[in-house]
Amino acid sequence: MTRPFPGCEDAILALGQKLERTIKTPGLTLAGEALTLDLCGGVWLAAHRTLIVSDLHLEKGSAFAVRSGQFLPPYDTRETLACLHEAVARFDPACVVALGDSFHDARGPERMEPGDRAMIAALQEGRDWVWIAGNHDQAVSEGVGGRYAETLRLGGLTLRHEPSPEAPDGEIAGHLHPCGKVAMRGRAVRRRCFVTDGRRLVMPAFGAYAGGLNVRNPAFDPLFPAGFTAHLLGDGRVFAIGKAMLTRD
Amino acid sequence: MPEGSLPARFEAWFASRGWAPRPHQVELLRIVGDGRSALLVAPTGAGKTLAGFLPSLVALSERAPSRRARGLHTLYISPLKALAVDIARNLEAPIAEMGLPIRVETRTGDTPSHKRTRQIERPPDILLTTPEQLALLIAHREASDLFANLSCVVLDELHALVTSKRGDLLSLGLARLHRLSPGLTAIGLSATVREPDDLRRYLVPQGSRPTEERGSPLLEGEGQGEVRGLSGEVTHLTPTLSFQERERRGVHDAVAPEPTPMADLVVVKGGAAPDLHMLETGLTLPLAGHTASQAMPAIYDLIQAHRTVLVFVNTRLQAEYTFQELWRINEASLPIALHHGSLDASQRRRVEAAMAAGQLRAIVCTATLDLGIDWGDVDLVVNIGAPKGASRIMQRIGRANHRMDEPSKAYLVPGNRFEILECQAALDAVEAAAQDTPDARLGAPDVLAQHVLGMACADAFDPLRLYDEIVSAAPYATLSWEDFEAVVDYVATGGYALRAYERFAKILRGPDGLWRVRDARIAQQYRMNVGTIVESAKVKVRLARGVRGKPGAILPKGGRVLGEIEEDFADTLTPGDTFLFAGEVLRFEGLSEDEALATRAGPGTDPAIPSYAGAKFPLSTFLAARVRALIADPFEWDRLPKQVADYLLLQRQRSILPGPEGLLVETFPRSGRHYLTAFPFEGRLAHQTLGMLLTRRMERARLRPLGFAANDYGIAVWMTRDVSEAIAREPGFLAELFAEDMLGDDLEAWLDESSMMKRTFRQCAVIAGLIERRHPGQKKTGRQVTMSTDLVYDVLRKHQPDHLLLRAARQDAATGLLDVARLGMMLRRIQGRITHKALDRVSPLSVSVMLEIGREKVYGEGADEILAEAEAQLLEEALG
Repeated sequence: MTRPFPGCEDAILALGQKLERTIKTPGLTLAGEALTLDLCGGVWLAAHRTLIVSDLHLEKGSAFAVRSGQFLPPYDTRETLACLHEAVARFDPACVVALGDSFHDARGPERMEPGDRAMIAALQEGRDWVWIAGNHDQAVSEGVGGRYAETLRLGGLTLRHEPSPEAPDGEIAGHLHPCGKVAMRGRAVRRRCFVTDGRRLVMPAFGAYAGGLNVRNPAFDPLFPAGFTAHLLGDGRVFAIGKAMLTRD
Repeated sequence: MPEGSLPARFEAWFASRGWAPRPHQVELLRIVGDGRSALLVAPTGAGKTLAGFLPSLVALSERAPSRRARGLHTLYISPLKALAVDIARNLEAPIAEMGLPIRVETRTGDTPSHKRTRQIERPPDILLTTPEQLALLIAHREASDLFANLSCVVLDELHALVTSKRGDLLSLGLARLHRLSPGLTAIGLSATVREPDDLRRYLVPQGSRPTEERGSPLLEGEGQGEVRGLSGEVTHLTPTLSFQERERRGVHDAVAPEPTPMADLVVVKGGAAPDLHMLETGLTLPLAGHTASQAMPAIYDLIQAHRTVLVFVNTRLQAEYTFQELWRINEASLPIALHHGSLDASQRRRVEAAMAAGQLRAIVCTATLDLGIDWGDVDLVVNIGAPKGASRIMQRIGRANHRMDEPSKAYLVPGNRFEILECQAALDAVEAAAQDTPDARLGAPDVLAQHVLGMACADAFDPLRLYDEIVSAAPYATLSWEDFEAVVDYVATGGYALRAYERFAKILRGPDGLWRVRDARIAQQYRMNVGTIVESAKVKVRLARGVRGKPGAILPKGGRVLGEIEEDFADTLTPGDTFLFAGEVLRFEGLSEDEALATRAGPGTDPAIPSYAGAKFPLSTFLAARVRALIADPFEWDRLPKQVADYLLLQRQRSILPGPEGLLVETFPRSGRHYLTAFPFEGRLAHQTLGMLLTRRMERARLRPLGFAANDYGIAVWMTRDVSEAIAREPGFLAELFAEDMLGDDLEAWLDESSMMKRTFRQCAVIAGLIERRHPGQKKTGRQVTMSTDLVYDVLRKHQPDHLLLRAARQDAATGLLDVARLGMMLRRIQGRITHKALDRVSPLSVSVMLEIGREKVYGEGADEILAEAEAQLLEEALG
């Protein structure tokens, strides 16, 4: 349902239609590789039939119970895997890359429910599965299938968990959990987002309980010295929004 | 008054003051002397507080001297910590003057820890405190010793306490006190309420039946309610006892057994009738807006003609605006101050002190001064805007003149023509002494969860005994055993179907069947998170200094803190936005480490950002019905100012008048759009919920709704398709559109996504201890809590939609932010009573709600529209 601001509906509707034609499928080229930024928060590399997801933070809920006695609903792993399942069913990838911090802590896999473990096994069935090392889960890969790697090269792309300012063009990373905020006429919308300057891409966190860091935070400055475009995950599609339109928290 | 009912020492003290004990004070003394509980309903100035303490003072004065500590005798609970401190001061006079051997102390959040420890070891005779402190005291390991000899508990401003979750918490504390000290008498002090019986039940244990401590037979004398009037005649009610046993242990009747035990009732009839008027300026009022700008000169004249005036408004924005306007015309430079909840606490204290010292001529204030201490010599109350409720307005009027035999003087100032109707309805209600205080609450599950953990901290508990104790608290009288078990399960391991946290359980059941708290850390966690008031996350507003010669540049630090704004509001500000705060127009410069930096805007700058959250009360059902009746009956119109009567007459000529019970729906085209307006008069909250649901349904009917706006009286929806034509084509269309079943799936679907629901959930999660409360100096900011509860909410509702906390949030939504219950009542009321009028242009009545369009932001949940607009700008850059 459209419920825009009074007085501007027509202009917005017209622009919206124009936009829909232009950005139906938000595509991006990075180091010569064509990327699709999916609404689920993953990246689809059609040429490599590879789906990349970042920062799953599985078992974050149970990590809180262990550490601080806060009993958050223990369904976050299930929820994250359900979203992943949806994307896998849609793309049917030959390879899935989990771009680090797949588990919230190194002991996460031990705490996982048998049902969730089985779900991961089912997702891995018939495809290559790569766990990239993260800062939360450097030693993970025991008993959760797949293979383990520090970084992965795919055509002209380099996939690693933590983005590095020195990396050459074509880096895809996660780690920062980028979120973009748009404030307009008394309303604010804050969403997870992809961030890119055409040379590198930082992916949003995929995990149900993963928080977010505002893209206007100084942590993003060294990575994107010449500015960036954020691709915010809306309710119905992905929106490309310039740095100037994004506000701080 | 019976002679000799007071000890000689007290008689002499009264006489030395030139006073005589009032009949209700003596009456309360007699009832409590008989070991019964009582509710005292009296207007301000009736000596209510002294009446509440007199039984304790007399009993303590007659006690034989003893060298050993005797434990707490009387506990006094007030909703305001400042009130507790003030009462302690007031008690000192009679105690000192009569030379009574009585020690009185207060215990609040400000009490130093060594004093708290000493209060447990060597308790005073009388302790004055707040509901939160009571919760902490009964969760103390020494609680059973501390309260073993408690003889009396006095609950002040009970009418204000029982309407919230604080009242739920207090009821559970009271139930524990009744158990720790079986002979305890409870005294409730209250302003006039609609249903005093609700409060009478609140004071005494419900569903009484033999328990181990009390033994059989049942509680002699309890429930022998008496009703007394000031004149002295006493009406005895038939002794009523709840004999209805639950059929077997653990199963509770869904409906409270009738009749139920009640405390005695003592009513002091109101003193002099208030001297209450609507302020007539002779000017034509607008059809919308609440600022009452036209009335400012008249209000200023009133301030000049009185000693001290309290100017009440409904929102903080209105307070800021009124304060500015009054100073604009303050040629005599009268000391006029501002008081509202967002101002810095030290600034508020300064205003209160100046007022008490009689240095102020007027204070513009919000509900923050509704309750509390008698600051200074107020001789006039002015209420700007709609009164919203008859009882609320009476409470405010009572703030003027605290001598009950003199009339309180007050003016109601309407801001628009509808508010004239509401003011008239309120005047009628006050004259008829009609009350519209809310119904008794159903106890909230999240509060119960907090209490259960607290009880485990106090001592190991037997679940059956604790259940019996909890259902003796009136708000929880209908709690089923299954629901209680669910709460215990929640406290232990989170209450999840997926048993993930058994290993970490907070409370554990031992082989003896008793539940115990796991360790000291959990008990500490409980103490840090006690209470039901969940403040919305706030950020400080700091005045930033500009850099000389560099317009626009600011120094990040240095200025003083002006107060706090809700984070939700701060989130919507972009640098350069101007807004009203602390009596000034400020320019937002940016956020720095969780502080909003602002500079003073240049003179003559208009605030651009319309509003920020503040108290907004819905129109009470009772006043709404009176307004509807007033509109529907032209014979009543001669009591209204001519401009309103003319306006209603015009509505009758152009369209029709809404009836007293039914719903008027108008449809009309306007500049290429089609509009539907409806007038349920159920308050803005209920209308906003209605708007969300109606637009969903219209979307399905392919009417292409584009937006809606709502005010307290009605709602307007606009769309691209011709709605008049759709209604003409299908006879049942409107009935179906407004059918009650919209509260089913549509409501569920919308609620789940609603940001208000998420906020409600967050409050429940904090109260129930799922999320830890923030504390000053703690690293975890409110921002993080807000974010993570949203994520938690989304996950929980997908995977366990019937979880205790989601049920708690829905129970809150029914009555709170979303007013769903009221919407349901309205939909039932209008079945078969919808009157439709197709018009070729907007009617006078519809103009009022149409004026809200663009003024109030639409509560749209459509984040994508905002994002699309931001995206469009990037595209324009690219194309341009």
